[in-house]
Amino acid sequence: MGGRDTDIVLLDENGIRCDGRKVNETRKVTIKAGVLKNANGSAYIEFGDNKILVGVYGPRDVHPKHMSDTDTGILRCRYHMAPFSVGERKNPAPSRREVEISKVIKEALEPAVMLKEFPRTAVDVYMEILQADGGTRCAALTGASVALADAGIPMRDLVAGCAAGKAADAVILDVNNEEDQAGQADLPIGYMPNLKKITLLQLDGVLTPEEYKQCIEIGIDGCNQVYEIQKKALQDKFFSNGEKQ
Amino acid sequence: MSDGLIIDQLKKTQILELLQEGKRVDGRQFDEPRKLSIDIGVIPKAEGSARARLGDTEVVAGVKIQPERPFPDTGDKGMLICTAEILPIAHPSAETGPPQPPVVELARVTDRGIRESGMLDMKQLVLEKDKSVIGIFCDNAVTDHDGNLFDACSYASTAAINSCKIPKYEMQDEKPVKIEGEFIEPPITTLPVSVTMAKIGDFIVVDPTIEEWGIMDARITITSNSDGNVVALQKGGSDGFTQEELIKCAEISIKVGSKIREIIKESK
Repeated sequence: MGGRDTDIVLLDENGIRCDGRKVNETRKVTIKAGVLKNANGSAYIEFGDNKILVGVYGPRDVHPKHMSDTDTGILRCRYHMAPFSVGERKNPAPSRREVEISKVIKEALEPAVMLKEFPRTAVDVYMEILQADGGTRCAALTGASVALADAGIPMRDLVAGCAAGKAADAVILDVNNEEDQAGQADLPIGYMPNLKKITLLQLDGVLTPEEYKQCIEIGIDGCNQVYEIQKKALQDKFFSNGEKQ
Repeated sequence: MSDGLIIDQLKKTQILELLQEGKRVDGRQFDEPRKLSIDIGVIPKAEGSARARLGDTEVVAGVKIQPERPFPDTGDKGMLICTAEILPIAHPSAETGPPQPPVVELARVTDRGIRESGMLDMKQLVLEKDKSVIGIFCDNAVTDHDGNLFDACSYASTAAINSCKIPKYEMQDEKPVKIEGEFIEPPITTLPVSVTMAKIGDFIVVDPTIEEWGIMDARITITSNSDGNVVALQKGGSDGFTQEELIKCAEISIKVGSKIREIIKESK
């Protein structure tokens, strides 16, 4: 939250945001499951202008071997931005930001994946950000849980991601790039709708305790909307031959 | 630190049993942080410094200040960078070499708490717009590790920056020149304080020790400012929080944080 000066009107007098949305509206989300041939599971997600491809490999042998755990399978996640995904070319080497996001996404997925079923193995989740437009970690997390489900890995729930935040003094849902740059706060949430548990939560920017509560509230609401789209993507793939749902 | 060891499983059972009786391994209340002591000015060559001891966790933060060329999109603001590293003397598991993801996270969470709180009014740290600004670098060195490095680094950084002296610079021939012996006070607007809580089973405890850290299910670090607002958050660990727990955690963080802020203020 740089709170950067900008000419963009983040919220007009009618309560409409810079991309035409209302304060409590998410961007358009489309997800397609099973898009890669070689991966055990995969998903392509468009979250507004974010375009992300996720591939899941495993459970498979762990290399290097010392990482393997005799009690449980391990989850490894890589969040990676393509050099062409942002305005100015991004150096393809993993940045500290990407290392951190990979770690928080891994910890957001772990509660959902039943890793104890596969001791001594690894499940690798690769998230490739092809185009970024604010809120990529939530979008990548959303796509990753669909890809894990597509790979047939036993899960307790899907994890849906959606950010809440604050721009032009209003609490808003699903912060886009402009709002992230010029807004006041960004609070990404990862949520398991059936278990009602928040598994990813970060914040940068200032929120009063009351705004913090509101952000969590509408963020969860956004995650529930995203969850329906995740389920639809899986239904479309597995029941597309006219089978009853 | 270590995961999946049998000894950790035994410890976890014992710690959980104690928590069910309302006790913690070291006898603290659930919302009671360890004793915090802060000494400032421990590194006279640094423009600001602080040693924070949180229980047996010890962090030395040093602030170095020098003129920098600003980033193209923030030419009207000074530069602030916080880092953190775990020195190999701090713990047998600490390794030299490139930072592993947990250390990267530590450094970024420490940086975010200071930055997002707007602790320093960066607009006052410009020497010449788009040409030269004052750069403030706060580097944290963990010297002894007994859990909860997030908070120890937060307190050390806040105390070091709060007590730093910024050398005076003047632009001469488009170049910043240091004026020896003259300093300005840092433009402090608020004091950010992070409070980390561990979730163990259904219990939430403030300021986990290394034993609690090793067996916790999840953790959350909430940073608040002097006005009692939330300025940064980081959830970690392999479990989730319910909505109610998160709201409770924010309340605890603001309450505990206000006491810690007094200790940081007094250290100056």
